[in-house]
Amino acid sequence: MTRELWKGNNAIAEAAVRAGCAAYFGYPITPQTELLEYMSARMPQLGRAFVQAESELAAINMVYGAACTGTRVMSSSSSPGVSLMMEGVSYIAGTEIPAVLVDVMRGGPGLGNIAPAQSDYNQIVHGGGHGDYNLIVLAPSSVQESVDLTVLAFDLAEKYRSICVVLLDGSIGQMMEPAEMPPFQPLRTEYPEWAVTGAKDRERRFLSSIYLDPPQEEAANLRMLRRWQEVQANEIRYKTYYMEDAKFAVIGFGSSGRVALTAVRAARAEGIPVGLLRPITLNPFPEKVVEDLAKQVEGILVVEMNSGQMLEDIRRIAKGAAPVEFFARLGGIVPLPDEVLDEIRRLAKGPLTLEGHPRDRWLARMGTLN
Amino acid sequence: MDTQEEVIVYARPDSLTKTNTHYCPGCTHGVAHHLIAEVIDEMGLRERTIGVASVGCSVFAYNYMNFDFVQAPHGRAPAMATGVKRVFPDKVVLTYQGDGDLASIGMAEIVHAAARGENISVFFLNNANYGMTGGQMAPTTLPGQKTTSSPSGRDVETQGYPIRASELLATLDGASYVVRRSLHDPKNIRLAKKAIRTAFEVQLRGLGFSMVELLSTCPTNWEMTPQNSLKWLEEHMIPYYPLGDYKVNPAVAEIKG
Ligand SMILES: Cc1ncc(C[n+]2csc(CCOP(=O)(O)OP(=O)(O)O)c2C)c(N)n1
Ligand code: SF4
Ligand SMILES: [Mg+2]
Repeated sequence: MTRELWKGNNAIAEAAVRAGCAAYFGYPITPQTELLEYMSARMPQLGRAFVQAESELAAINMVYGAACTGTRVMSSSSSPGVSLMMEGVSYIAGTEIPAVLVDVMRGGPGLGNIAPAQSDYNQIVHGGGHGDYNLIVLAPSSVQESVDLTVLAFDLAEKYRSICVVLLDGSIGQMMEPAEMPPFQPLRTEYPEWAVTGAKDRERRFLSSIYLDPPQEEAANLRMLRRWQEVQANEIRYKTYYMEDAKFAVIGFGSSGRVALTAVRAARAEGIPVGLLRPITLNPFPEKVVEDLAKQVEGILVVEMNSGQMLEDIRRIAKGAAPVEFFARLGGIVPLPDEVLDEIRRLAKGPLTLEGHPRDRWLARMGTLN
Repeated sequence: MDTQEEVIVYARPDSLTKTNTHYCPGCTHGVAHHLIAEVIDEMGLRERTIGVASVGCSVFAYNYMNFDFVQAPHGRAPAMATGVKRVFPDKVVLTYQGDGDLASIGMAEIVHAAARGENISVFFLNNANYGMTGGQMAPTTLPGQKTTSSPSGRDVETQGYPIRASELLATLDGASYVVRRSLHDPKNIRLAKKAIRTAFEVQLRGLGFSMVELLSTCPTNWEMTPQNSLKWLEEHMIPYYPLGDYKVNPAVAEIKG
């Protein structure tokens, strides 16, 4: 395959098709809509299932039904739509069946706007739906990585009978970049031993998230947790840049990580010994890497497009081993490399403190900015 | 002693499991289960049927029906059934839903499944209240009917009017077969069974959405004996929810005839 120019949303859709996605259900919402539109043409072309549902609530429940057949199935949406999907997400998690969900985040809360944001980190990484469950969360920072992680999402979802979310922000969904498509995988013709396919020559099966008897629900919860431990042991992914000799570290995911990389390169050119950690799996989170990094460096800068949702995870993991600072733009604004570069310079100059909260210091600085 | 040859006049359908149900004595959910199971047996569909249970007293329908089942969130059975059917167009997909499930929280899902002409069969048990949660007012609760959340009787001024789901869905072009039957006496039970059979025929021929509404009793929450509840159904529910065929696509008429 050669590299071609792809829009992020379309690229994810084509990657899903090539990963053997047999059914897609969705609802229009900016900045994700191109994905649905692409599927509306592509899936019927290949004789596969496509339904534009009446709502995201219906879409995720169509995904739920299709997932019960053991086939590869996905939906996509953006923040307000994903909020509506939380019911189905919890049920699918509780039924322990695989599904892929793409969330192209936009500014919020509420209707917010259609500009890129990362403010649904907590909703996706730390819950959102009811009950005890974990989602595998993959955060790409380019169109190529979106393609690769979409294919991986289907594999991981299946391997761990889990929902795998590809979590990106509107700028990656909307941008055009060269990307190479993966090879075509054949559609599944055999179904897993738990799938509901019609009770022909076998005992009937049923799939449900209901365990009326508390000890049974506890057993199900423990089973899911043990499976999650396997995910934690095997599936943590991240990228580091210029970290070998770094005295300072920037941590950012998705677009923030991408902007931060530009800033880190500029800072290196100025002689500042700074590196970057870009988590790719937000759940499971690369905790050990952050822990080690906190022991290595003199200061950490967390960059996000939200009010410091991942920041709280970093502070919890770093345990005060290194001072943490924070920079963010909110409301659908992508930070500029120069803004992050200024923050890196400030970090390198010091003085740094373990006292107080990095969000408060950032808020104080934002007061002079806005 | 003379030995007489035994003649089997009735056997449990293969499509029902040998489990005692949790339904209250006199509840017509059990009758509806039986009818569906009998028809599936008679049509030889058991091995290719996938049921979608809803949330309500019939949440455990999958324990009683001896074929593959999934269990939907409250109201979402038609969406889940859509997902199953679109992946497996050759399977027979049914939903089994109560009136709170279908006509309140799941109104959008049922309307759009019908509008899309989704090729599924819906069995809609209307017992004029939320049975499972202890008898609250449902969208189908009759004007003046007392429930635990309309203790002085449903006041249409503040609590609105009942929804006639069959009549409403029959207006949609995607709906091929929409009828209302009742489970209050043997004659009507036989008619209900025929309608259930027609609904499956419609699906097998790919004619689109089919729904059989079944007027049902809830003796426990109505606080009546089983017998009085059958009478109450006949005297109060049928006048508000007339039995009949609300949508019969001409192609379906051929099957019936
Ligand atoms: C989202 C959600 N809201 C509320 C409930 C609680 N609930 C369970 S069953 C039920 C009512 C079911 O009534 P109906 O559909 O009429 O079925 P019936 O029990 O009468 O057969 C309700 C409100 C729930 N399970 N899920
Ligand atoms: S509560 Fe009502 S609907 Fe539920 S099982 Fe009892 S009688 Fe039937
Ligand atoms: Mg009811």
